Amino acid sequence: MDTINLTIDHKPVVVKKGTTILEAASGIGIDIPTLCHMKLEDLNIENKPGGCRICVVEVNGRRNLAPACCTEANDGMEVNTHSMRVINARRTVMELILSDHPFDCLVCAKSGNCDLQDMAHRLGIREIHYKGEQSTYREDTSPAIIREVDKCIMCRRCETMCNEVQTVGVLSAINRGFQSVVSPAFEMNLDHSVCTYCGQCVAVCPTGALTEVDETGKVIRALSDPTKTVIVQTAPAVRAALGEEFGMEAGTLVTGKLVAALKRLGFDYVFDTDFAADLTIMEEGTELLSRLQKHLDGDKDVKLPILTSCCPAWVKFFEHQFPEMKDIPSTARSPQQMFGAIAKTYLADKLGVKREDLVVVSIMPCVAKKYECGRDEFKTNDNPDVDYAITTRELGALIKLSSIDFKALPNEDFDHPLGESSGAGVIFGTTGGVIEAAVRTAYEVHTQKELPRLDFDELRGMEGIREATIDFNGLPIKIGIAHGLGNARKLLEDIQAGKSEFHAIEIMSCPGGCIGGGGQPYHHGNADVLKKRQMALYTEDRNKVIRKSHENPYIVKLYEEFLGKPMSEKAHHLLHTEYFDRT
Amino acid sequence: MPKIKLAEHTIELIKTICAEFGNKESELINVLHKVQGELGYLPAEVQEVIAKELKASVAKVYGVVTFYSFFTMIPQGEHPISICMGTACYVRGAEQVLSEFKRQLKVEVGESTEDGMFSINCLRCVGACGLAPVVTVGEKVYGRVAPTDVKKIIAEYRDGCTSDSKTA
Repeated sequence: MDTINLTIDHKPVVVKKGTTILEAASGIGIDIPTLCHMKLEDLNIENKPGGCRICVVEVNGRRNLAPACCTEANDGMEVNTHSMRVINARRTVMELILSDHPFDCLVCAKSGNCDLQDMAHRLGIREIHYKGEQSTYREDTSPAIIREVDKCIMCRRCETMCNEVQTVGVLSAINRGFQSVVSPAFEMNLDHSVCTYCGQCVAVCPTGALTEVDETGKVIRALSDPTKTVIVQTAPAVRAALGEEFGMEAGTLVTGKLVAALKRLGFDYVFDTDFAADLTIMEEGTELLSRLQKHLDGDKDVKLPILTSCCPAWVKFFEHQFPEMKDIPSTARSPQQMFGAIAKTYLADKLGVKREDLVVVSIMPCVAKKYECGRDEFKTNDNPDVDYAITTRELGALIKLSSIDFKALPNEDFDHPLGESSGAGVIFGTTGGVIEAAVRTAYEVHTQKELPRLDFDELRGMEGIREATIDFNGLPIKIGIAHGLGNARKLLEDIQAGKSEFHAIEIMSCPGGCIGGGGQPYHHGNADVLKKRQMALYTEDRNKVIRKSHENPYIVKLYEEFLGKPMSEKAHHLLHTEYFDRT
Repeated sequence: MPKIKLAEHTIELIKTICAEFGNKESELINVLHKVQGELGYLPAEVQEVIAKELKASVAKVYGVVTFYSFFTMIPQGEHPISICMGTACYVRGAEQVLSEFKRQLKVEVGESTEDGMFSINCLRCVGACGLAPVVTVGEKVYGRVAPTDVKKIIAEYRDGCTSDSKTA
């Protein structure tokens, strides 16, 4: 392998051929500032259009400054990353970017988390010497995502996520020169496009150009209404990330503090979406086994593989892009919606509260969940099963707003009956987790034997597409896993081409699964954050007394008292759904 | 933007052109060029067919169409008028010529007259700077055009003669 010798700021460095100046510098502790560049290691996600020009460096013998993010290191190169020429150039570039950026930092949703704001501070910008025209675009509001394109700096990160990673293809740079902007085709609104609301554009946007719809106000109003009983569910991935909003290390589990905070916010009952995840396993696992049995019995009408259906962005993706395959995914609703349906029937009866007076709030790592709870099929007499879905970030804001010192909170426990969960429910928040949870239950139900082990390392990891074969007591079950919609597309195309031999496939839209969801604290391009959150969920699973969904006593009780058995008529009515052709 | 329904044979034509370029996304510009050559413009519905055939996103196709000024989403007039705005033409009064065309035809740049006869566009240098300012109507080139010539040029196409008895 060819090696390259160069010096950066007079320090000699040896790197592999093909390494950029930016990477070479980072290897020796030199942190060249970048704005548009983003690389998520191990996830195959990189955005380097070389567009922002913040990362310019001086290369001895080269006439112009070189963008470090997309200039390869060469033998004998002498690089200076902070000469006066470099600093002046960076400041000028930054001032020019800021000259066409609204000056509303104080009231911007992204304030405090904005890469542009941080960069202006880092470069010591105290004055903008350039006055010029300002872009004005209309604001585009959808059920989940708001586009305020005036704040766009054309870094193209969202475009990379939407096109290359997710292959959804909604966002593209249009027009040219000063008029250029990132937009859906024909400048239509997001809600008219094939956007899945996965929120990965929001997750990587360095400014306030793309943000989630803020519903904290509605939650505060509900909590202040004495006529309402307000309950909350919290998704698995939230507990592995919320701490970051309060300066805690990524991957810190804050389950107990999360419950305590929700109680202090005034929720009447604090429940767990993990409970509904266990319920999902009962329904989806039973559906898998039923389809599998029919398939083994030679029924040609039964379709395999079965695909998971927990992720609303994934559901919207196949409704738009693969409508002819809409009978393959499991009909099981997502945990969020199962929880809502059970809360507004079973729980409302138990509490003696009318459906209209029960408000269900969910805390989700996701922006698509906002869209999901608004879907018509999840409403009864126009009353939604889940009233409001707010993101992990919005919860962080709500806690700060409510004078709660999060770090000082004691650990508290979820309420019953919808707060008990198994370790299987917890790992729903990471890629591979739903299918591992399903395996734990389906194996025991199918074989009538106890699983010899509970950790399925072959299903875990961060590779975009994974496959494994699990031995169901002599019956090999082939499992596929994809995270990121581009990877999901590959698996779907294989199924269409008849090349797929899987029995079951788990799909999550976001890289890493829900831990990397569009509603999570911003990772700022650091993939380690996602890995640490993933590890946290596996830790929580290991620490649980009950680790299999079908052993959750409150799930057993729910079937005894209310649902009958999995896939019963009642379960079908409340816990399953249908899909629509959206082309 | 009003929706138009493409005729079956138009869709077939677009598909044929895409196929000529191997249905490759990398040939997008060539495909757009040829399709516009055949249809005169690239409305949204046409871009949607091209995107599907080339397995590209509609947003990407629209991005390219809006990036290059040569591509247009508005139907061209029967006689597309192009006024050169290159440096030589500009300094010799192309802007006044353009204003006169706009005034006479009552349309803006990029638009077509109601009767569909004329459309106005600007372009950058046709390589005939010695004749500045230059105007082209369809394939025909007019050199050293003065605002006072505009009426005559329009009449040439409107009446099929050079009489200046009528104005637009």
